[in-house]
Amino acid sequence: MDRFTRRDAFKMGTGVALGATALAPDAMAQAGIPVANVPLPNQPAEAGATIRVIRPSKFVEADEAVWNENQAKFIKATGIQVRTDYVGWEDIRAQVAVAARTGAGPDVVAGWAADPHLYADKTLDMTELAEYLGKKYGGWGPLPERFGKKFGTNQWLSIPMGCGGGALVWRKSWVNEVGYSSPPNELDRFLDMCRKLQKINRPVGFALGNAVGDGNGTATWLLWSHGGFQVDEAGKVTINSPRTIEALKYAAELYKTFIPGTLSWLDPSNNKAYISEEVSVTPNGVSVYFVLKNDPKYAKIAEDTQHSRLPGAVGTRYPETANVLNAMVFKHTKFPNASKEFIRFMMEAEQYDPWLTKCLGYWAHPLLAFDKSAAWTGDAKVLPFRDAQKMPHWIGFKGPISAASGAVDAEYVLVQMFASVCSGQATPQEAAKEAERRITRIYRRAA
Amino acid sequence: MDASTWVAKRTPPNALARLFDYKPFLIAVCLFPALGLLLAFLTYPLGLGIYLSFTDTQIGGNGKWVGLENFIDLMEDPIFLQSVWWTFVYTAIATIGKFALGLWLALLLNDNIPFKSAIRAIILLPYIVPTVLSAIAFWWIYDPQFSIISYVVVDQLGLRDKYYDFLGEPWPARWSLIVANIWRGIPFVAITLLAGLQTISPSLYEAAMLDGASPWQRFRRITAPLLMPILAIVMTFSVLFTFTDFQLVYAITRGGPINATHLMATLAFQRGIPAGQLGEGAAIAVAMIPFLVFATLFSYYALGNRKWQQGSDND
Repeated sequence: MDRFTRRDAFKMGTGVALGATALAPDAMAQAGIPVANVPLPNQPAEAGATIRVIRPSKFVEADEAVWNENQAKFIKATGIQVRTDYVGWEDIRAQVAVAARTGAGPDVVAGWAADPHLYADKTLDMTELAEYLGKKYGGWGPLPERFGKKFGTNQWLSIPMGCGGGALVWRKSWVNEVGYSSPPNELDRFLDMCRKLQKINRPVGFALGNAVGDGNGTATWLLWSHGGFQVDEAGKVTINSPRTIEALKYAAELYKTFIPGTLSWLDPSNNKAYISEEVSVTPNGVSVYFVLKNDPKYAKIAEDTQHSRLPGAVGTRYPETANVLNAMVFKHTKFPNASKEFIRFMMEAEQYDPWLTKCLGYWAHPLLAFDKSAAWTGDAKVLPFRDAQKMPHWIGFKGPISAASGAVDAEYVLVQMFASVCSGQATPQEAAKEAERRITRIYRRAA
Repeated sequence: MDASTWVAKRTPPNALARLFDYKPFLIAVCLFPALGLLLAFLTYPLGLGIYLSFTDTQIGGNGKWVGLENFIDLMEDPIFLQSVWWTFVYTAIATIGKFALGLWLALLLNDNIPFKSAIRAIILLPYIVPTVLSAIAFWWIYDPQFSIISYVVVDQLGLRDKYYDFLGEPWPARWSLIVANIWRGIPFVAITLLAGLQTISPSLYEAAMLDGASPWQRFRRITAPLLMPILAIVMTFSVLFTFTDFQLVYAITRGGPINATHLMATLAFQRGIPAGQLGEGAAIAVAMIPFLVFATLFSYYALGNRKWQQGSDND
């Protein structure tokens, strides 16, 4: 063998060789996941590629462990060197921003939902890969499709990798004790249940502090469940509406049933409070249950814990969204194909399904074929987390995903609107007006 | 060969040596590293920050020049105005607290006490611990459900029937942050003032005692004036550190409840980085500069510029 042949093989053949022999995704497809036969996207990996990936740090152990295993498999199969750095949840936005601005840094970012939309002109087009994955695995759910495609087009900016959904986490025995078999979907009955729980000294708790995930989760749930939205499809500010006022009035009543201190709750606060049995009902990701289930000393609480959708859904219009792990490749990468190959590899069922399964529903799948995954048959209690990709709302609903919608979220405008009414600092009308002022300002500045 | 014809042979210096003998060149070469460092790490970032504050730059995008628009906008923004007000209050109260307690501590440490050096080392601990760690410790102390203070007062002593809500309401949250900041700032003040105290000659105190001066008079007439120069420096630094504080507030309250505890620094970060409005964030940061310059000049001139510092009498 002379070296020209070998180099040629690297140059032209790696991608094909990967698909054809080493990985052979179709041949080894994971049991139970329906797979369509779709030709691989044409993205031969560059010779001698080394890529750097950043992604959010784990909340559950298996998330990182399985990711690393899959990555090791990829390195072994392709010879492409990959390094993944785990970044704190709140730092990832800053790191992505720096990478986008300086044109250096990680090649692949598995980051937060909105980021690819903010840096749309700095990321590679993902349409081919997204369509391949969509066709192969039963289509994308509505939420990942919303976050993958450029608003109002069919161009994919990113590959959604997981949907970190929420659900109502509740103690069955206490909910039953006040006469409900499960938390009701009707908002007035839900309020009644919370009042009764408070009377038996088992209060509920929803974060109202400046918490990126949970605070915004509380606020958007309250807003959307009352039919409110911050802007319309064209980006016109619509927050100061009778529906918002209704939501604020409801929040003020509901707040009276909360455990004290929720105005300063940050993201970990409700987890701590639920695990230490201080609250009976709280909205959260699967992380609380994961902790309970894996620690024998919490077996009793895990046994008594149930999950369900948040109240206020009209049909399938659930008043929720999910945190989308959205993978993009920066144009500044020297190895665009190797980067895309890495994402494809991680998304194929052989790798994706173990990740999904071992994370106990922490990241729900964006591709609908994985509804059939063993992840969702093992423990019936995590079933509500399966449907995160079917949520119809997104941060910035109903407007485009933009720097402005992200800024409203990052500046806690909606959280603070509700918090100011709940704490008695503002009337619903004042709070809605203030939110309108802030949202208008943010959208005007970002325009 | 006789001595009268001997001519000292000196190899003429080569070009390089001549170059280094040339004073202006030598000065330039010697200054270059220092100037280079200053330009790269001080002037450029500061200049960039000031430039950004006059643009509408967003993260990951290029902005255009908007003149004073950011500043005019901020003048109408109640959240910014509140953060300015709170930055001043926070700095004032925390600095007074740090100085009162730090000076007291320094005076105590200056006396002859057993295990003096061990105690001095321990005193420095709050300052050695990374701010973020101490902030997280305080976050737990102030937690609405798991506060050690609530636990002791409510569950152990039974003095109250409700847990304290340290961070849920504006004023309790503000005081909580001030306490955390004072706790962290005391060692710096105490140790530097202690160093100042030890430069005061004991003979002055002996002379005063012979004249029958009371402890208060000794403090008032000897300690205070002789400590003033170092006090001015420490005060300057302390004000600057407090005014630009970020970590404690960001880790404990993230500017909440609502926006009651946003300092200018945390608000600048909040707007600039997570919310992506780099220009506006820079404008908030730049708005801190005049206050900082003023604070520096004030403490320097008002407290420090005494004649005796230059060696003459303080008449």
